[in-house]
Amino acid sequence: MQGTTWGLVGSTFIASFVEFVEALTIVLAMGFTRSWRSAIAGTIAALVALTAFTFAAGYALSTWLPEAALQLVVGTLLLIFGLQWLRKATLRSSGLKALHDETEEFANQAAAARAAGSDRRFGIDTFAFVVSFKGVFLEGVEVVFVVITFGLSAGNMGGAVWGAVAAGALVLVLGAVLHRPLSMIPENTLKYGVGLLLAAFGTYWAVEGLGVLSSEHHSLEWPGGDLAILVLLAGWLLLSRLLVATLPLLRKEMAR
Amino acid sequence: MRFLKAFGRFWYDFIIGDDWKIAAAVLTALALTAIAMTTGLLSGSILVIVGAVALFLFFVVSMVVDVRK
Repeated sequence: MQGTTWGLVGSTFIASFVEFVEALTIVLAMGFTRSWRSAIAGTIAALVALTAFTFAAGYALSTWLPEAALQLVVGTLLLIFGLQWLRKATLRSSGLKALHDETEEFANQAAAARAAGSDRRFGIDTFAFVVSFKGVFLEGVEVVFVVITFGLSAGNMGGAVWGAVAAGALVLVLGAVLHRPLSMIPENTLKYGVGLLLAAFGTYWAVEGLGVLSSEHHSLEWPGGDLAILVLLAGWLLLSRLLVATLPLLRKEMAR
Repeated sequence: MRFLKAFGRFWYDFIIGDDWKIAAAVLTALALTAIAMTTGLLSGSILVIVGAVALFLFFVVSMVVDVRK
């Protein structure tokens, strides 16, 4: 397997892992406080909806878009997702935003579940079903986008899918064994790493894909080929560390 | 109509997220790079490097605006 493929599978695994951990927290909160049956029914319904969405989106992207346009679209999406994660990670590392905590998230979800009224249909608790469905579907759509974009752009959908499947299986096993939110996972560090990877790959593909707007409609070429991804990764890391060091000073100056 | 609104809201939340400035930064940097390319101002390796630098710069601008608020 090439270095780029390892990078993609690794990125897919870590990004999916973080999303699955968040989905698990929501489902556990509904299961413990409301109804396991309804929480699991909501999860299964979301997985069915996700499967249909994946096929539809994957088919549409690979059938209708030429290669350079696909790179531009998926690269731009990756960039936006990656920089959103990098923004939060940078703010958290610099102390300007509170760290994400799965135990706290679980407590918030559980409190909302206890406060909600009781409405049952077909023997299913509507609140637990809907919250579990939304949680799993939303986090799942992010995983699907990462898998589709990484898989199609690298021409290795199998590797990307297996990265996500392995992450999902690991979270499921950990959740079943531990039976509590996976707060021991260094989620903030993982998100920082994933943000950097998504930003680097996103920059590479989005700029390459701009070639679709040229008269030849061909992808642009990076000096050094795939190695440019490593340079971009180093660039985003350096930039984020500079921001971590300087943004608190800016905030202090503003407070004066 | 309610469904369309909810559908649009879902995709807005999903893509733009909780900070619209990031999406604006990405689109602005890419648009400027595209203009430099289509007008013949830049080409080849310089063009892609300038594209990456533009993305770095606009990300910094969005973060600074975020913190100064």
